[in-house]
Amino acid sequence: MANHRITLKINGEYEQVDVPSQMTLLQMLRDKLAFTGTKNGCNAGECGACTVLLNGEPVNSCMILAVECQGAEIVTVEGLAQDGVLDPVQQAIIDHGGVQCGFCTPGVLISARALINRNPHPTPDEISEALVGNLCRCTGYLRIVDAIQDAAARQESLAARL
Amino acid sequence: MTSQIEATSAPHPIGDSVRRVDAREKVVGSAMFADDLQFGAGLLYARIKRSHLPHALIKRIDTSKARALPGVKAVVTGEDYAGHIGLYLQDRFIFCRDRVRYVGDPVAGVAAVSEEIAEQAVELIEVEYEPLPGVFDPEYGASPEAPLLHPDLGQYEVANFIFPEPGTNISNHFRIRKGDVDAAWAQCAAIVERKYRIPHVQHVPIEPHVATARVDENGKVRLWGSSQSPFAQRNLIAKSLGLSQSDVQVIAPYVGGGFGCKAGVSMEALAVAIAMKVKGRPVKLRLTREEEFYTAFVRQGLVAYFKMGCDAQGRLLAMENRFYWDGGAYTEYGVNITRAAGYSSSGPYNVPNVKTDSYCVYTNHPVGGPMRGFGMPEMHAGLEQCIDELALAVHMDPVQFRKINCIKTGDTLVTGMTMHATGLSECLTRAAEAIGWGRKEPPSAPNKRRGKGIALMWKAPAMPPNAGSSAKVALNEDGTVTVSVGGQEIGQGSFTIAAQMAAAALGVPIDWVRVATPLDTNYSPYEWQTVASRLTWSMGNAITAAARDARRQILEMVAKAWNENIEDLDIIDGKVISYKSEEAISLKNIVIYGIPLPNDQGWVGGPVLGRGSFMPTYVTGLDAETGQGPRAVVHYTTGAQAVEVEVDMDTGRVRVLRGVAAFDVGKAINPEMVRAQMEGGFVQGLSTALFESLQLKEGVLQNPSFVDYRIATSTDVPPDIETIIVEVAQDDGPWGARGIGEHAMVPTIPAIANAIYDAIGIRVGAPPYTSEKVYLAMLEAGLVEE
Ligand code: FES
Ligand code: FES
Repeated sequence: MANHRITLKINGEYEQVDVPSQMTLLQMLRDKLAFTGTKNGCNAGECGACTVLLNGEPVNSCMILAVECQGAEIVTVEGLAQDGVLDPVQQAIIDHGGVQCGFCTPGVLISARALINRNPHPTPDEISEALVGNLCRCTGYLRIVDAIQDAAARQESLAARL
Repeated sequence: MTSQIEATSAPHPIGDSVRRVDAREKVVGSAMFADDLQFGAGLLYARIKRSHLPHALIKRIDTSKARALPGVKAVVTGEDYAGHIGLYLQDRFIFCRDRVRYVGDPVAGVAAVSEEIAEQAVELIEVEYEPLPGVFDPEYGASPEAPLLHPDLGQYEVANFIFPEPGTNISNHFRIRKGDVDAAWAQCAAIVERKYRIPHVQHVPIEPHVATARVDENGKVRLWGSSQSPFAQRNLIAKSLGLSQSDVQVIAPYVGGGFGCKAGVSMEALAVAIAMKVKGRPVKLRLTREEEFYTAFVRQGLVAYFKMGCDAQGRLLAMENRFYWDGGAYTEYGVNITRAAGYSSSGPYNVPNVKTDSYCVYTNHPVGGPMRGFGMPEMHAGLEQCIDELALAVHMDPVQFRKINCIKTGDTLVTGMTMHATGLSECLTRAAEAIGWGRKEPPSAPNKRRGKGIALMWKAPAMPPNAGSSAKVALNEDGTVTVSVGGQEIGQGSFTIAAQMAAAALGVPIDWVRVATPLDTNYSPYEWQTVASRLTWSMGNAITAAARDARRQILEMVAKAWNENIEDLDIIDGKVISYKSEEAISLKNIVIYGIPLPNDQGWVGGPVLGRGSFMPTYVTGLDAETGQGPRAVVHYTTGAQAVEVEVDMDTGRVRVLRGVAAFDVGKAINPEMVRAQMEGGFVQGLSTALFESLQLKEGVLQNPSFVDYRIATSTDVPPDIETIIVEVAQDDGPWGARGIGEHAMVPTIPAIANAIYDAIGIRVGAPPYTSEKVYLAMLEAGLVEE
């Protein structure tokens, strides 16, 4: 299996990685770089546990080959908090009790961040739509939806204060 | 709307919704799950050769080609391990030895330097089978015509409350004979008789099973796994392999969803058995999502017959129930589901005459195991629909009918046990009120119809009578407290509850408490298993005892140092205070170093370490013929759910518009976490009601993927689930608490089925109530035209 050397930016830092042609972005993140916050729930693009931001777009990293990410910018759950300060979606999901087992949480948070980035005032229906690819077996989703709506509001009031 | 957890300056540790202790590490991605642990370059990867036939004799296994493949380090078959394994009935081998009994049965295992090579090696293993006729229906399986799946049933080791019938496929037969059912029918003004077939479903944790095992040169085993039951796994694996429990160490980090499928032992023994052949090297086995669907535990299918009757005033007089549980190929764990359904077979009703036969039947289906509710969702699915039908037959409102008949404090239960204090009637009344019972709302469009439905539930922790818990509470130099438990955090919030209880019992602020993680059988105190919604109650009692033990040690030390009476001292907010001398001293330092006596006269005290354990001692056996006995179970959690649905007449699609859940939890230690359980359980119940079933054709699963096995997504849930907490204290629960985890999904299927009936006047029968099924039922009833 041929190895390819790729350079990409992950959570704001440049990384150079040697990856086999068949390696997925998910495998690279977890097995090569120990970004184990991103989870593997199905390895088939069906559960959303592996969601990361690829050039700002939420993708299932289990469906993307690592070699395709040459030059890309990736954000994983580990990259959401800045200097120990939680992203509003992280803080809100804690405050609303939207975390149970926590296995879907990294993917949920990334989808939420992507949604608020492109739509700063999502309605509950828009939030539910944006989460349709993130399966959660524990929470029943309601607290997650509430948290994301609250996070959007908090982010706005934060922005207003700056 | 869910309410946001209030941030108060000093939350009371009990009854305030403190934030989860595990939330922060879970949102930043640092919480460790079993697949996240790093084992370095020596790690080997395991794959399993599985049977593609539902029932066959193994004639020959040739592993030579697999062994010759470069990179393969070990190949293991049933030849290597002769020991049986199982929780209540030891009816399994780790790898099949003489025959396979379901599609997916492990025949051989491989360890190799990469997953790809392991996979290739599995392909190279040749197995010659002699196919045998199969059993794909539990009722047929229980009949004398069925082929025998376990000829050795009579030789298996079995718990003394399980009754197998050797020479048949019945691995447990639980009976209730209470009163005189046959005489009672004559007194009945109405009788309803129904048959329900409840399909298999799967737990679908988002985290698949993962286990990594390493065996050292002395044969000591270390197992890291996604586990609800590190101690049960240690015990069962040790027994099967002929090891001492003390030589098997199970380390269990956070579990990414369990719902029962990570209890007992399922795939973990495979990893250990393979690792035994490559001493010194860790071997990792990770189920694919496809394997997860049919080789991990599934929820058993059920064929249930109900017959129930009441008098003209609507008083239930008799029930006669027959349950055929589709236990699957091995029923080592499932036999106790049969028992639980038997001793709860009246549902939450006072019925003077009951006859029940609950059979656990071997079939050539995936292995049935514990799933959230442990038989209760399946049983209530039919039972609570019959209750509605019976109410209708005597022209009574279903809520009124339930008010009359539901279990109340002091009632004599189906086993003869006396019901403890319960708030079931209050749950019923409040759920009915919240859903607006009796009011018909207009549909949202002309092609839609609306309906409301309600259902009750009860469930007792199903476990051996003497399932135990223990806990340790240690204090640190700075006064913080480390609580060690053996009960697992599977998302339900057990670690948060542990911290709250320790803080309250000891007298320190909640944020001084840490929970020792991960669980490790070498260092964590014993816990039977994280199942049966038993932790808040059982583990909670152990934690409380341990914290009180630590508290006593601290007070004794201070009393001695101050020359005071222990009765005059208290610990408040992390300080020992004296009501008499009005002295105060912080716990800091003294809980490790003790307190110096005046004038350099020495010291008192020393490191404070509290211990506590709890085991129910009062559960009695039940008569094998009648199922009667003084105390069948520790307690029942009861509750009610109500829903409003809308049925689309053009498509058959059922939408749940609103849900109400009311449960008697004794005492909500953390009300928001209780509500979170009620919501999550409701949605899991909704998912099984509307979407889920394992489609098994001649033992072959047709839908082992998320595309073909659909679970509820964010767009399927009602915008509003109202949760009602009822608190009628449990006499032996910590602060009166009892469990709520499983109960939350027990009444959902029948509540929705009853609402569908209210909307369209049709009983659609067995779940799932998919658009297609509902539409076809409406066609057949002439409600719509093609
Ligand atoms: S792991 Fe990528 S979608 Fe499930
Ligand atoms: S919190 Fe467990 S899967 Fe979402």
